[in-house]
Amino acid sequence: MNLMSRSLLLVACLALAACNNPRAGGTFGSGGADGFGNDGFFDAGITTGNLGDPNDPRSVAHFQQRIGDRVFFTVDSSSLTEEGRSTLREQARWLNTNTQFSIVMEGHADERGTRDYNIALGERRANAAMQFLISQGVSANRMRVVSYGKDRPVEACAAQRCWDINRRAVTAISGVSG
Amino acid sequence: MIRLFQFLSVCALILGLSAVSPAQAQPLRLQITEGVIEPMPFAMPAFVAENSAGGQYSDALARVVAANLSNTGLFREVPPQAHIARISSFDAGVNYSDWRAINVQALITGAVSVSGNRMTVKFRLFDVLTGQQVGQGLQFAGTTDSWRRMAHKVADAVYSRITGESGYFDSRVVFISESGSRENRTRRLAIMDQDGENVQFLTDGRAMVVGPAISRSGERILYTTYETGTPRIALMNTQTGQRQLVGDIPGAQVFSPRFTPDGSGLVFSAARGGNTDLYRMTLGTGQIQQLTSSPAIATAPSFSPDGRFITFESDRSGTSQIYIMPASGGEAQRISFGQGRYNTPVWSPRGDLIAFTKQNAGRFHIGVMRRDGSEERLLTASFLDESPTWAPNGRVIMFTREAQGGNPSLYSVDITGRNLRRVPTPGPASDPSWGPLLP
Repeated sequence: MNLMSRSLLLVACLALAACNNPRAGGTFGSGGADGFGNDGFFDAGITTGNLGDPNDPRSVAHFQQRIGDRVFFTVDSSSLTEEGRSTLREQARWLNTNTQFSIVMEGHADERGTRDYNIALGERRANAAMQFLISQGVSANRMRVVSYGKDRPVEACAAQRCWDINRRAVTAISGVSG
Repeated sequence: MIRLFQFLSVCALILGLSAVSPAQAQPLRLQITEGVIEPMPFAMPAFVAENSAGGQYSDALARVVAANLSNTGLFREVPPQAHIARISSFDAGVNYSDWRAINVQALITGAVSVSGNRMTVKFRLFDVLTGQQVGQGLQFAGTTDSWRRMAHKVADAVYSRITGESGYFDSRVVFISESGSRENRTRRLAIMDQDGENVQFLTDGRAMVVGPAISRSGERILYTTYETGTPRIALMNTQTGQRQLVGDIPGAQVFSPRFTPDGSGLVFSAARGGNTDLYRMTLGTGQIQQLTSSPAIATAPSFSPDGRFITFESDRSGTSQIYIMPASGGEAQRISFGQGRYNTPVWSPRGDLIAFTKQNAGRFHIGVMRRDGSEERLLTASFLDESPTWAPNGRVIMFTREAQGGNPSLYSVDITGRNLRRVPTPGPASDPSWGPLLP
């Protein structure tokens, strides 16, 4: 599938969704560019799309803002937290209903590590989240993994507050599947 | 076409005039292995212009030679303003008492002539205390646009004659040049002279790139690129401008590439299914061989200079530690046992030491240890130090340092832990890979 068409619809959604993610509170909103940096398709440059109404449970906006598109990890760990599993269960329910979407599972690390190790760690985290979605019935064919290591922080502030939100796996809705 | 290595035909002509035998050159000597507390004072007067066109390079050449030597921390310049004598003829005898009077130990004299775009540079080195020339005069010839390289070659020859080690000034460094906000960073592959001059950008910044590695020949670069959306390994030839993606493993993130010492292949990491292993690829055949198969992370590989072993990091013990295994794979031996986590082991080009990043108690360090893990020494400490790379003579390490809340910059430190210096770059910079001494 062509990168451009995949990214067409939903890049903009990611940007707005991050601002309203209930798990993140108001934290993600201040940077302005949040979400764009995470979706992996910023280079495509096309950000036209219909977010939908977050009150519509079938909308992508609902997935990102009500369910939450990301789960967080403790230092140097790729184990899903109870809260993370709960988010992923809801993500799986949504994905199993809205089967037209494919996803990119992004793995990220905080900045307190070396670059290569953090790419490997990011892949572990993305894989952990993806495997959980698979266990919840989401087809592996709809998912692919990308690890950004420490190089795509949500917010870089060289403090615990930022490191905590940067250690994450983000379920990026990347386009219409198939 | 990227013209990275400017044509420089260096005719190392020996200037026989008034030379003394090498045996007499011994007194002017620095032992650099223990670190030097008192740098050797030297004088580098402006190069004598042997024709009018050479005049514009007289001072510039001298300044580059002097900066190279001073930046080692092993030498201290007695500045031209303090000189009593003036070198007006390259072949005239040296009046040593004029230099002893201002406490100079090493005197370097030079001459330059320019004809069209061709340039000839000569130099001599004198031991002021014994009143003797050290070695014979040397002459370099090349084009004027490689004038800095000729100054580097003079400095390399001086460094080598006084320390007994090969130099490292006429070498280049590949790195990642960063710009923009931390949250949406632009990263470009770049190359520069070891002193931060002549920066050239090799990628346009549209795709994120990280972790370059330069070949031992200095002509090719491996790096990780996100141009396809997932991490892939690119191989770039800086001479021809050719570029290709290599090391594809279906469904895997591939990264952390390093050349084999002979340049015929590479070793790299592939992450798939939550597991990162090391692979080796032969460039000629495209054949890929898996080297590790542990359900843990194995990354940041580095070959021993003889190509027989690979050092790498793995968290198979629970935390990241340094291992060594045969270059064809097989049983790996752990060599790091101190407190904290160890990452990014890099084998010295001399083969004697392995440099690494260490994370302990919230601080990051660049350190060195012997290949059996003994004699660990930490050379730096900061909020974030990482990605060490060796100077071609194995005496200096360049690395990435990031102050808390600041931008990353390149720094260098010598293997005794002295002479920590920031390397100038056009903006934030990371992931240096130091190339060979150029021919």
